[in-house]
Amino acid sequence: MSTDTDTDAVGQLEHALEELEVSLERVSAADASERLAALLTEPAIGVDLPFESVSLPESVTTEPTAAALADAQTGITPATFAIAEYGTVALESRAAGDEPISVYPEHHIAVVAASDVVPDLAGGFDRLADQFDAGGDSIVFATGRSATADMGDLVHGVHGPGEVTVVVLEDR
Amino acid sequence: MAERSHAPGQTESGGGGSTASHTPSNSRAETAAHLRQLLETEGDAIHAHTSVSNLQRHEVFDETENLDALRSEARAIKEDAIDRLPELIETVREAVEANGGTVYVAENAADANAYVADIVDDRAATSTAAESASGRPSVVKSKSMTTEELDLNDALESEGIEVTETDLGEWVLQVADDTPSHIVGPAMHLTREEIAELFTEQFDPDEEFETAEELTRFARDHLGERIREADVGITGANFVVAESGTITLVTNEGNARKCAVTPDTHVAIAGVEKLIPSIRDLEPFVDLIAKSATGQEISQYVTMLSPPTESPTLTFDEPDEPIGANTDAETNGSTDREFHLVLLDNGRTEMRADDQLRETLYCIRCGACSNSCANFQAVGGHGFGGETYSGGIATGWEAGVHGQDSAAEFNDLCTGCTRCVDACPVKIDIPWINTVVRDRVNRDAEPEAYDFLVDGLTPDEESGGLDLGKRFFGNIATAAKLGSATAPVSNWLGETAPVRALLERTLGIDQRRALPSFERQSLVDWFDARGGEGESKRRAAAGRKETHDEPTDALDREVVLYPDVYTNYVDTDRGKAAVRTLEALGVPVSVPDLPESGRAPLSQGMVATADAQASKVYAALAEDLDAGRDVVVIEPSDLAAFQREYERFLPERSFERLRDNSYEICEFIFGLFENGADPAALSTAGGDGERIGVGNGNERGNENGNRDNGHPIAYHSHCQQRTLNLEAPTVAVLERCGYAPRTSTVECCGMAGSFGYKREYYEVSMDVGDRLASEIEQASTDLVVASGTSCGDQLETLLDRTVPHPVEVIAPDHG
Repeated sequence: MSTDTDTDAVGQLEHALEELEVSLERVSAADASERLAALLTEPAIGVDLPFESVSLPESVTTEPTAAALADAQTGITPATFAIAEYGTVALESRAAGDEPISVYPEHHIAVVAASDVVPDLAGGFDRLADQFDAGGDSIVFATGRSATADMGDLVHGVHGPGEVTVVVLEDR
Repeated sequence: MAERSHAPGQTESGGGGSTASHTPSNSRAETAAHLRQLLETEGDAIHAHTSVSNLQRHEVFDETENLDALRSEARAIKEDAIDRLPELIETVREAVEANGGTVYVAENAADANAYVADIVDDRAATSTAAESASGRPSVVKSKSMTTEELDLNDALESEGIEVTETDLGEWVLQVADDTPSHIVGPAMHLTREEIAELFTEQFDPDEEFETAEELTRFARDHLGERIREADVGITGANFVVAESGTITLVTNEGNARKCAVTPDTHVAIAGVEKLIPSIRDLEPFVDLIAKSATGQEISQYVTMLSPPTESPTLTFDEPDEPIGANTDAETNGSTDREFHLVLLDNGRTEMRADDQLRETLYCIRCGACSNSCANFQAVGGHGFGGETYSGGIATGWEAGVHGQDSAAEFNDLCTGCTRCVDACPVKIDIPWINTVVRDRVNRDAEPEAYDFLVDGLTPDEESGGLDLGKRFFGNIATAAKLGSATAPVSNWLGETAPVRALLERTLGIDQRRALPSFERQSLVDWFDARGGEGESKRRAAAGRKETHDEPTDALDREVVLYPDVYTNYVDTDRGKAAVRTLEALGVPVSVPDLPESGRAPLSQGMVATADAQASKVYAALAEDLDAGRDVVVIEPSDLAAFQREYERFLPERSFERLRDNSYEICEFIFGLFENGADPAALSTAGGDGERIGVGNGNERGNENGNRDNGHPIAYHSHCQQRTLNLEAPTVAVLERCGYAPRTSTVECCGMAGSFGYKREYYEVSMDVGDRLASEIEQASTDLVVASGTSCGDQLETLLDRTVPHPVEVIAPDHG
């Protein structure tokens, strides 16, 4: 295994996500679209991905209607960064609709660049502070699947997604 | 929501409004009946949830390397923020207004509720949301204790507004017309079966609800629809970042995310104390809050929104329009969103000015004090709670926002055991807040007809009117001295039915509880009769010769053994064992007649009396401290007084001097071992097969024990001893002496000094004790030891066996 820090952080992220029963997929930018197509369940909605030469599969609807949002099985969004220590992805609440697209569908796929995986919460807050300085001041730290124990036992997929996949772009 | 249905006095006799603490007999009986009912109906479910969260918190705290630094950092941020509160309110006002939102500072509940109702009415008139089924203006809410404090739902409903709670626990309570039993898990007193039955009855499904999965799916669909139709989304806020106007919501379900961004209008309601200066200040809190609350490393969703957000508005009754169709492309933001931050005062400004209650405002409402509290685990927040808040910190909140009477209802359930002190992520001295409020409640009480009964026994600093039982227990040293002087007559008398009936009626001492049996010869008298310090020096010199080849300076110590009330008059054996042990290890001892530590009056909320005791103790010890002697204490609660509460009573230098030179007995022995003293001088399990000081006839020698594996021994540390981090030295001492200690996980024995004697709490005490006893029984050891007096008494009653102090097991048997 490489000793490159990014790779180490990705390994740590993968480990943390395992504990949360979230799968992590490593993929190159070139193969990302194909991999996403294989991971999603239709109907799928999404937000355009900001990574160089990575696009959403054709079956994914961007700028969905309210009806499409309500019906979607899968929502794909970028994550601005990820925190390896806790298995957290940072989702921006933007006009493109990242917030509803990541929280409404049953399956959320977060796509993050390997270079944006920070080791710990302190690293996450460094990124967060930069983000706030740059004017992007609404962010959700999402860790694992929506959960509740309020009905007497632990159940996943309450108001938010019951399934989460994190796709790491190894060469981005 | 309806009036709280769980307050004492409303269940059985309809006494209403009376407080548990002032009036004797009848209100004690009411409180006892109320708590008994909770033990039977809600106790098991509450215990199951809270004890798991507590264990998980312990685990994740243990795994967090920089935990203490994080807690200190979080506390410092809160101290600073509350200090700068007026400035932060102006900062956040500017930030939110710059973002395009509005800030409203509400003076009280009525003010806040009226403001929110106006917004809802106004927005419903112009809303683009789908019409709700009823056609009434509608609100969806995520979980917020602050809105419980406001009774917001009732207020909105009385204005014709439809309110739906979307947190599943809160929704269950709304359907059941019930109140939260825990500040984090509001419906944890209800079992899955009870919820399934309730929902089947209420919603009449095709097939009866059974599993949590089915109930959750149903809730998701039902509440999803309400969210899509709502005119306004109301959330609380765990933290509000002043500089950027950022609302932070910490949740697991995702409903707060939906409530905040689905309706066009978002109203966040938060107490003013939720303000912190900058986004950087958020980090320790994000790191700590889930760990403290549930033992998770981080919550599922930490939402940090600086609304109105750019997230597109969702209009589900125009299904074919792209979401965000009404977004202004020029600004790349929604034109349609409205945001209101309602900052609630409701007594908080006064709390901030109150030197004793101010700390309450640092609370981040994680519920760790509830989960770590043995009494809370037994009865839950419907017993250990006021109008809104529950658990240890609730005393501060209730006294501050609803008034002292609400705090008085449950404040006595805090025994001062201090297990919450380690649990609190912002290091609030929760037992102290409980002590102070108890003191204030005491002082507000009316003088009572029976005061003359205890007057001779109560040389305290308190004004009349204080509950007789409290006054009696607060002055226990005087009673114990008298009981010892008149033993055994006092012991015989104390066990007669008429005396027990009188004690129950006047002092509230439960007749079912065995009273301590006083020794005629106190420890101090025994020590004097034995030859005093001179004899102790002789014995220590002999011990030193025997055990140390090369005596080191580190072992050249002299000890003042503190004769706490119980050791001095009731359980003199453990005092004698401590003396013999120290001498055998070469350390001479003195046992002077010293004043009571103040622990007893403190536990009854008699702060002035405790303060006076602290001064007396320090004055009596000052010369010994100056002479370089070490003060060794057997009873952990007295040591805790020296090391914790005295900070508030003594000048800093005096406090530090006593703190730094006082030790728990096994901690001190461990120190001697570490400096070369030889455990072989003591009675060890690997020795000749006889153990000393355990007279229950159950010993089976040491056939099962050996030095490698150790002889199994069950050990229950004392609650305050654990908070002082002194469980480990006792464990280590037992190990060095050839034992294999098995420690308990139950936080407290339930006896807690006087608590288990009190008629209104006897059953809670036994319930807590039963859990400890069954844990110890499972350890299947022939030896059980406990460090605290009351822990030992409680276990002796429940296990029907002798439970000595650890030092009695290791002490040499001669002398």
